[in-house]
Amino acid sequence: MLRPRIIPCLLIHNKGLVKTLKFKDPKYVGDPLNAVKIFNEKEVDELIVLDIDASVEGREPDYALIQKMAMECRMPFCYGGGISNADQAKKIIGLGVEKIALSTAAVLNPSLVKQIADEIGSQSVVVVLDVKKKLLGGRYEVWINNGRKNTGKCPIELSKVLQDLGVGEIVVNSIDADGAMKGYNLDIAEKIHKNIHVPLTILGGAGSLDDIGALINKFGIVGAAVGSLFVFKGVYKAVLINYPSPTEKDNLLKRYLSL
Amino acid sequence: MIKVINYGLGNILSFINLYKRLNIECGVATSSRELEGATRIILPGVGSFDHAIDSLNQSGMRPALDELILEKKLPVLGICVGMQMLAGSSDEGQRAGLGWVPGSVKKFDLERVKQLPHMGWNDVDPVDAEGLFKGFGDSSKFYFLHSYYYECEQQAHVLATANYGADFTCAVKNNNVHGVQFHPEKSHQYGMSLLKNFSEL
Repeated sequence: MLRPRIIPCLLIHNKGLVKTLKFKDPKYVGDPLNAVKIFNEKEVDELIVLDIDASVEGREPDYALIQKMAMECRMPFCYGGGISNADQAKKIIGLGVEKIALSTAAVLNPSLVKQIADEIGSQSVVVVLDVKKKLLGGRYEVWINNGRKNTGKCPIELSKVLQDLGVGEIVVNSIDADGAMKGYNLDIAEKIHKNIHVPLTILGGAGSLDDIGALINKFGIVGAAVGSLFVFKGVYKAVLINYPSPTEKDNLLKRYLSL
Repeated sequence: MIKVINYGLGNILSFINLYKRLNIECGVATSSRELEGATRIILPGVGSFDHAIDSLNQSGMRPALDELILEKKLPVLGICVGMQMLAGSSDEGQRAGLGWVPGSVKKFDLERVKQLPHMGWNDVDPVDAEGLFKGFGDSSKFYFLHSYYYECEQQAHVLATANYGADFTCAVKNNNVHGVQFHPEKSHQYGMSLLKNFSEL
């Protein structure tokens, strides 16, 4: 049986790992390579690493760091940040990365997805959509440059376009839920889920294993990406990298997965 | 020494690193000359079928590989698209495959599977508890990332199956030629065990 994926999502800022709150106030949580080693030991399903500076600073991905992480990684590895053309994507896949994640560049120019998928295959092309609900009217919009700029684009329509262009996975990152640890935004997840047939991963808001359970219960085979919950412990948010044990994960799936 | 074929596609470094961890000699071959001294061969692969076949042919290693695998019968393990290349043909492209394990590569039916690509951890059910899957017992999970699957011409070449909408072949074996659709280099201890088994074939 195919299982839903529970995926730690790490953010890189100034070469260190950070965790943000609503895309702001990055708090240092450790060294990226050390985190990869710990997640190896914990046998995580997959790992997403996003460099949140690269696109904002308009610079290339940090290939040296990506290679070091990929070599260390004994689970599937998805890297995003600063990728704006097919050559960069190919180079990163060549470093031992399974999937590359596009965001700003693909939102501004969706046809980039096709160009890259033609080179490295659809299965390795991920687009991360940073979404936020409009204060009035309640519609969702896609933001770029790490939550700094609103494009006004509808994430549901954009997801369909990206799917037609050959995207292999869509990650929906809720800006309002980021770091809040109050549960996933199931509303936008559902709106996108019913419109696409490529794998969907939801990021932003997981504050407990039950939050992950609620997502799995609703969508079955889905990716549950997690930031704060797997790097902080306790009410004072002490930094402690953690992940459910194989037994805890089995129990979670037994409890919530109804296919 | 195990040699990982580097023809510009696939996750070479992960294999090197993993075998280093296991204390098993493993190197990269980017030319026929570097295939000298190989005792086993790993053929990785990502991307589209035609692109992979073209890249392998352009690497100049094809004649040496044919000799080592078809005549000298060295054990070879194709991974992901590297496995699909072992077939005669693929729905994904026009090129002829290597044809080392008779079969063809088909696309999953989206109506049936609901979601493509097939992405994530799935149970693998080996037909043979020896060889690559030695010591695996009942539970083995591997990481999959693909939209096409192998259809063997002969049932005898099916080494393992997994279920996605229906049972499909996820590992093949024809004498010394092996292939797995999943990614053992990214499948934690299950993958390590499988790659260790390959080194002991």
